[in-house]
Amino acid sequence: MSSFDSMKQSRTGALVGFALMAVALVLLPVLFGKGLGNTWVRNLDFAMLYIMLALGLNIVVGYAGLLDLGYIAFYAVGAYLYALLNSPHLVPLLQGTGLEWILGPSIWIVIPLAALVAGSFGVMLGSPTLKLRGDYLAIVTLGFGEIIRIFMNNLNHPVNLTNGPRGITLIEPITLFGHSLGKPLHLFGLEIPPLYQYYYLFLALTMFIVFVSIRLQDSRIGRAWVAIREDEIAANAMGINTRNVKLLAFAMGASFGGVAGCLFSSLQGFISPESFGLMESIIVLSMVVLGGMGHIPGVILGAVILVFVPEALRDVINPLQNALIDRKIISGKIIDPEVVRMLMFGLALIFVMLLRPEGLWPSKRRRAELHPKTDDIARQEKDSVADAERNHD
Amino acid sequence: MTEPLLEIQGIHKRFGGLHALNDVSLSIKRGEIYGLIGPNGAGKTTLFNVLTGLYQPDEGKFTFNGKDLFRQKPHVVVGSGIARTFQNIRLFANMTAKENVMVGRHVRSGAGVFGAVFRPPAAKREEAAIHARAQELLDYVGIAARHNELARNLSYGDQRRLEIARALATDPTLLALDEPAAGMNPKETDDLKKLMEKIRKDGVTILLIEHDVKLMMGLCDRIAVLDYGKKIAEGVPEVVKNDPRVIEAYLGVAPE
Ligand SMILES: Nc1ncnc2c1ncn2[C@@H]1O[C@H](COP(=O)(O)OP(=O)(O)O)[C@@H](O)[C@H]1O
Ligand SMILES: [Mg+2]
Repeated sequence: MSSFDSMKQSRTGALVGFALMAVALVLLPVLFGKGLGNTWVRNLDFAMLYIMLALGLNIVVGYAGLLDLGYIAFYAVGAYLYALLNSPHLVPLLQGTGLEWILGPSIWIVIPLAALVAGSFGVMLGSPTLKLRGDYLAIVTLGFGEIIRIFMNNLNHPVNLTNGPRGITLIEPITLFGHSLGKPLHLFGLEIPPLYQYYYLFLALTMFIVFVSIRLQDSRIGRAWVAIREDEIAANAMGINTRNVKLLAFAMGASFGGVAGCLFSSLQGFISPESFGLMESIIVLSMVVLGGMGHIPGVILGAVILVFVPEALRDVINPLQNALIDRKIISGKIIDPEVVRMLMFGLALIFVMLLRPEGLWPSKRRRAELHPKTDDIARQEKDSVADAERNHD
Repeated sequence: MTEPLLEIQGIHKRFGGLHALNDVSLSIKRGEIYGLIGPNGAGKTTLFNVLTGLYQPDEGKFTFNGKDLFRQKPHVVVGSGIARTFQNIRLFANMTAKENVMVGRHVRSGAGVFGAVFRPPAAKREEAAIHARAQELLDYVGIAARHNELARNLSYGDQRRLEIARALATDPTLLALDEPAAGMNPKETDDLKKLMEKIRKDGVTILLIEHDVKLMMGLCDRIAVLDYGKKIAEGVPEVVKNDPRVIEAYLGVAPE
């Protein structure tokens, strides 16, 4: 009886906490906009995009333990899909083919479609890499990411599909219930600017993706992913179809990336292959690792930090250098703030990883792995049975 | 029931020049405890790996429960009712004891992404059943109280038990145990023996690799002996124990 009461109490507690958080999340862009300026609302939008990306990569790397260095390719797939369907770029190509109707589809179609198409690309990347692990897998996925980018760069002839390095321009903003997010929205006598509207849309989708991540984690599928990460041979011997379950991880992770890409494309109005380089994959991976692989709150924290800290440094470094020069403490030319910023950022990452290899906010499981309580009796001998897979097929 | 549960014939497995299994044939009857002994390197574990689909045999025949399992994938083998444990414990070290057993239920459940995310009633019921069965099996092997402990933090004996519970979670008809008593003290070995007898009584056939001769003699209905990849003897324990070829294989000399 009393346990039921306390359960009820903790439930109300959770509800109150939840309500407070909801209010905070709704007011956040206003605080940022008024306090720090519109760039920071934009940063907030990007934080949401990167949370989605990081949660997607977290499924592949954090849950299933498959190191993927080409993840940004799925972001690119989603972005190009949206851009092609929502810009004038394909109009000349489609003229007279009777296919013009595919242009300008509703967001309720584009977003699921982006998830689906990116998911299929995930399977495409996954299938040749099933036998690989660790560094080998990383190299192959890195190659895949580059292949996609190079395709985007070169698919402007013989048929101009992607417009090559010049990218695609004039991408229409998302239209929701007949209202274009590119225009200010008038609601209850308030004017809500586009960047704010995007924030609310991104927030809603981010919450959905968080929800999906949580649900997957506590499921038969989520357990199978972790089992594969822990010991693939044992997972195999327990009857898990490791091939299918791994492909599912690739597909799920990729689909989150595809959704984020779609949103990015709409927000920017312009995309080019440059936005989807290896560095982006590495940044998303850093978010996952820094925050705490396999732990949803940690991954979100990692994404937020890695979006905000470099931006904050940008706001600090330039004025600081100018002040120092004015007072003749240092002389001469300003060092490119971008360089200083990335240097400080890199150093910070190295320090965090040295001091907390499990990430800033790790899961119980991962902390236990890196700080074992007892001597590791169950240390897995990757002995002769490790050859089992090579024997397979 | 006359038809054997498991039957292999003329199984060969080579690793480069090494003939790890050389024309091995055996059949296991329903409900028996079938022992497999032999010196180190004889090919016992290799035979397990072949029987559970982890290794692909080069030649031979392999039927189980009337089904052809020759060169089948592990998940098909497990689905057909063969489960195993490993000589070097291979638990999911950073999952809890209960989660380990729950993974064993994977092959007997079907919820996919949709079920996981939207939790329709059927998926909810299935998940609840997985939880309940896992807890039941932990209790069955005697480690229910440790369900929330990470597998890596369990004592050695408990880890062995957990591996058995995880294997049982796949609802096997045949349970293959690779040296489950290795490293156990006499008390733990005795408890393990009782556990195996209980499992057999509950209708699961057992294939057992073990070095402890006393344990094997008291437990097994029949024993086969492997040496250098060949089956050199098979029969009831008393007869096998006194077979001159077996004594020679173990002692390296022919008996007087
Ligand atoms: N994957 C493998 N690759 C090469 N040789 C192997 C492999 N697995 C087992 N062997 C060899 O096969 C022989 C039988 O090993 P094993 O089946 O482990 O013996 P047992 O379990 O009877 O002690 C040994 O000589 C071993 O080195
Ligand atoms: Mg062995």
